Amino acid sequence: MEQMPDSSGHFGQFGGRFVPEALMAAFDELDEAYRKAKGDPAFLAELAHLHRTYTGRPSPLTEATRFSQHAGGARIFLKREDLNHTGSHKINNVLGQALLTKRMGKTRVIAETGAGQHGVATATAAALMGLDCVVYMGEVDTQRQALNVARMRLLGAEVIPVTSGSRTLKDAINEAMRDWVTNVDTTHYLLGTVAGAHPFPEMVRDFHRIIGIEAREQILEATGALPTAVAACVGGGSNAIGIFHAFLDDPVALWGFEAGGEGVETGRHSACLTGGEPGVLHGARSYVMQDADGQTIESHSISAGLDYPSVGPEHAWLKDSGRAQYLPVNDDRAMDAFALLCRTEGIIPAIESAHALAGAIHLGHELGPDATIVVNLSGRGDKDVVTAARWFGLADV
Amino acid sequence: MNAALDAAFARAQDEGRAALIGYFPAGFPTVDDSIACIAAMVAGGVDIVEIGLPYSDPLMDGPIIQRAVEQALAQGTRTSDVLRVVAATAATGAPTLVMSYWNPIEHHGVEAFATELAAAGGVGVITPDLTPEEARPWIRATDAHGIARVFLVAPSSTTERLGIVTQSTTGFVYAASLMGVTGARTSLSTQAESLVTRTRAVTDRPVAVGLGVSTPEQVADIARYADGVIVGSAFVRAVIDAPDMPAALVAVADLARNLAAGTRRA
Ligand SMILES: Cc1ncc(COP(=O)(O)O)c(C=O)c1O
Repeated sequence: MEQMPDSSGHFGQFGGRFVPEALMAAFDELDEAYRKAKGDPAFLAELAHLHRTYTGRPSPLTEATRFSQHAGGARIFLKREDLNHTGSHKINNVLGQALLTKRMGKTRVIAETGAGQHGVATATAAALMGLDCVVYMGEVDTQRQALNVARMRLLGAEVIPVTSGSRTLKDAINEAMRDWVTNVDTTHYLLGTVAGAHPFPEMVRDFHRIIGIEAREQILEATGALPTAVAACVGGGSNAIGIFHAFLDDPVALWGFEAGGEGVETGRHSACLTGGEPGVLHGARSYVMQDADGQTIESHSISAGLDYPSVGPEHAWLKDSGRAQYLPVNDDRAMDAFALLCRTEGIIPAIESAHALAGAIHLGHELGPDATIVVNLSGRGDKDVVTAARWFGLADV
Repeated sequence: MNAALDAAFARAQDEGRAALIGYFPAGFPTVDDSIACIAAMVAGGVDIVEIGLPYSDPLMDGPIIQRAVEQALAQGTRTSDVLRVVAATAATGAPTLVMSYWNPIEHHGVEAFATELAAAGGVGVITPDLTPEEARPWIRATDAHGIARVFLVAPSSTTERLGIVTQSTTGFVYAASLMGVTGARTSLSTQAESLVTRTRAVTDRPVAVGLGVSTPEQVADIARYADGVIVGSAFVRAVIDAPDMPAALVAVADLARNLAAGTRRA
């Protein structure tokens, strides 16, 4: 594959940098700092040390034998990002950007969060590195992910509920951008996914590439062969791009599963690659859920972390080029897969990750018993216990 | 370049004052009321009008304008309504620009937007989240239809970037007075004056200062060194604070009159 993105951050027609002039200097500064760090062995060694001694990398690859029996007999392996410190893949990117923040001489980080996993990871890294931390979170999400709000506050972060617009992740990003343009001298915007303006999609991807690099080695060791397919859930797209990248040049099918919500046909979903059109949101051209006038349509998903009306530009490129395929998974299918993993493997997944598990069940039936599927288990479900208990009618919560 | 827009700056210059540029969002409180508010701004002494195209994700706007555009969208304001407000405003004789985030224009089609804006009598477009680097199709379409492009410069802009931005600007250069979002400030930074000085060193286009300006005193201060002064949130605030539309129209015209008085250089 050719090197993507190009030097101005374009993946074909997607990506780029659609930002206020006031922030151009900050994006240029970040781009330069990132390029320097990437080639600096000291930076890479420091990050690798944190991965090993703080996050607990490499994360294991677990064969889900009993779960596989419900997936047409295909062998299913789980890349256990749920076992990382803070409970999801998000920490990989956060540690990289927090180190960069220090290198840029900034003392404050801000972040947006949906499920709260990125906010928790950011608050964690800020505590570890002595940075001030403010997390913007849509008011709706502060309610459905209350546990994570408490975690962030325990870690010393200020959590600001966002009450504008749809009060979810997209509005939290708007509010973080407003903060950033006002405080850019002291502050780094620690964006949590592969969306946004250049260099975020490239940089965040690079910090998550370790997922796929490890998984590729681990599956070769476990089975002696490359997998038939790799599956991941897609919100902004960071865990998916992280596990996809090491397999891009291999004969391995790459599948991304978006949140179908109540069904794409109902309009209440977050599947922008299936139900959206190319457009510009939050600084990059990608697929966007939008109306006839280019106004963003509110997304819907049972999973706060997938509830976003756009997606990282590299996924738009991978879709249009045909290298990866994307399908929506509705709330009910995701919750069925959530319950199945709990009962067959003793693992409570994040509801986000449950979308990938549902996708793997579908793929397993399509591909048959000879197939091997690696699923990125992007996070654990502690934060989702209340939502799940309500869904299944298990407790008086 | 656009003759009507340039003429408005030239007239103000001849009269020993800065041009007063007023922003107001289309569709707030309703489409027809926004037309009336803008007419009151012009009657009160606004020289050039910026009509805001309401957008779902206004990430450069503070709470006042956010609230106004949310209301405009909740009432179903469409891009076609914005063009109707442009036509009504242009009919007052004031040079009329649209201020829009990029996606609504791109989604409408850049060529179609430029064509329809020109047909409605609009003279230019301000694009706060579009930089020249991403603007190639937009530059082609606006040149073809004689629509002036207004890009922004900011206190953080390097000299190199000031060059890039002003070279692609065919209307006035919009100098952001401070690092931040729209909304009134009690005091303005000293960054604005040095930004205007740095901008003038690289372009002959008129330079107008906006963001945070709300009082005649602030206008008078900026009029010393800039060709134009831009006021937005203060007009919206005047409408929000008024008990009813007739009172709002009086308040808007009064505000415009007071601000216009501030534009006169001593
Ligand atoms: C566990 C988990 N998985 C996935 C996501 C979705 O993000 P992305 O698509 O960037 O991986 C989130 C976001 O909060 C998450 O917490």
